[in-house]
Amino acid sequence: MSATAIEGRLAAAIRDPAMPVPEGLTSARGAPDRLRFAVYRNNVHVSLVEALAKAFPVTRRLVGEEFFRAMARAYVALHKPTSPVLIAYGRNFPDFVADFPPAARLAYLPDLARLERAWLHAYHAAEAAPLDAGEVLGRAPDELPGLSFLAHPATALVRSDHAIGSIWAAHQVETVKPVETGRAEAVLVTRPQAEVRATVLPHADIPFVTSLLDQAPLGEAAWQALSADPGFDAGRALRGLLALGAFTQISIRSEGPES
Amino acid sequence: MSTHPELPPAAGLGLKPEHYAEILSTLPAIGFFEIHAENYMGDGGPPHRYLSAIAEHYPLSLHGVGLSIGGSGPLDADHLARLKRLIERYRPASFSEHLAWSTHESAYFNDLLPLPYTAETLDRVCAHVDRVQHELGTRMLLENPSTYLLFEESTIDEVDFLAQISERTGCGLLLDVNNVMVSAINHRLDPRDYINRFPVEKIGEIHLAGYDEAKDEAGERLAIDAHASAVRPDVFELYEFTLGRTGPVPTLVEWDNDVPAFATLKGEAERVEAALARIRPAARRVA
Repeated sequence: MSATAIEGRLAAAIRDPAMPVPEGLTSARGAPDRLRFAVYRNNVHVSLVEALAKAFPVTRRLVGEEFFRAMARAYVALHKPTSPVLIAYGRNFPDFVADFPPAARLAYLPDLARLERAWLHAYHAAEAAPLDAGEVLGRAPDELPGLSFLAHPATALVRSDHAIGSIWAAHQVETVKPVETGRAEAVLVTRPQAEVRATVLPHADIPFVTSLLDQAPLGEAAWQALSADPGFDAGRALRGLLALGAFTQISIRSEGPES
Repeated sequence: MSTHPELPPAAGLGLKPEHYAEILSTLPAIGFFEIHAENYMGDGGPPHRYLSAIAEHYPLSLHGVGLSIGGSGPLDADHLARLKRLIERYRPASFSEHLAWSTHESAYFNDLLPLPYTAETLDRVCAHVDRVQHELGTRMLLENPSTYLLFEESTIDEVDFLAQISERTGCGLLLDVNNVMVSAINHRLDPRDYINRFPVEKIGEIHLAGYDEAKDEAGERLAIDAHASAVRPDVFELYEFTLGRTGPVPTLVEWDNDVPAFATLKGEAERVEAALARIRPAARRVA
């Protein structure tokens, strides 16, 4: 048997715990050994479950260790990493959680997992200096509506029908206080310096931030937010975004603000 | 950034995120730090910030776990490029990888899986090592594996297999003494015989770690390379026996799971330093 064929048999038997020890394997006593082969199978599954447990600590706390590991094992059985860089593993774990029937009762769980994924992305995102607030606020007032912004590599907005930001924040400490989960929240994830920040946006800011992250000009973004909520304060919202390091530079678009 | 041309013949430790801050604030007397390359393949953020700061003070050893050098498929060009970027950025004193495979077709198994030792696999591993050294522009060290089962197809002894790879490719060898013990227990071999036959002049680094133990189907000892505890007495004894042949060699203590407080790791490094100090006066035969 070629070495390629042997490797294929090992790979298949690692994937499927119901398979016997692959042909061609033996032990010092001259017989194949199920428990010896199980060490490999176990290493693969346990290490990948562990990678998910590290990437989704709050999801894990919410459902408990045993439930999380069962859910992660089910994911690992279906989705092997496609790269040795495990930082990227579990990108579609939140979608898997959404379709995992035993977790259906926790409606907020998939979005909470999406927030954790965004947090991890921000943690490993490229270095970039956040856009200095003075560079924006010091401009002539008639220039402002035409400005659009390039998001910092760490920045992400996670929107949910559930209070995922409050749930997430409550689980960053030892003793979890009760959280009202039924409220919609949008969480802005940024990394202005070394530390990742997860900030629940005021409800009125959501359309504004969404538009700006889509690189809409400031004037257009403010107009949209104002039509949704006449009390919206664009100056306050913009200063907040700049302080959180949401952007890395101004991108002035040639077609102008009316596009 | 690093000005260290090679690893010192001293005790090193695996660098763990739990210990970044303590290492930077106390700058403990450790010979070098080793990192798993794949953990630093994100674009930026705290891991790179800490590593850059630590690399200002210590030589670094870059240890890959995902290149699948023993695999039947071609090497992953993207992964080689990522390794090259890390080497250019941090200028580590050493780069090492494993005699094992971890990727089959496009699936990455995140474990160091075994291969049969035959003329065919020898040719392929040599071709892979040649390519790695060519692409990365550096001599690499190849590590002996710990294994739990044997292949009926194998026709070449593991030590001979490693010696021939080193001979043909010019690569150095990383001798994992814990792996020698684990495999020796698992395959009823004499660990000292393995060390005695090992081409010690090719050793660029030694690894030590703790193993776990279970029983196989026949109730025989099954040692598991767990990296979750202190170095066991039998492995430490074998290490001292090895030093008798090699003289002082850069020696890493690996503790990757159930990572303890830094003081515990430092205690392990001190045990290694003491063993290195005991053989230093008689270490004339190593250049």
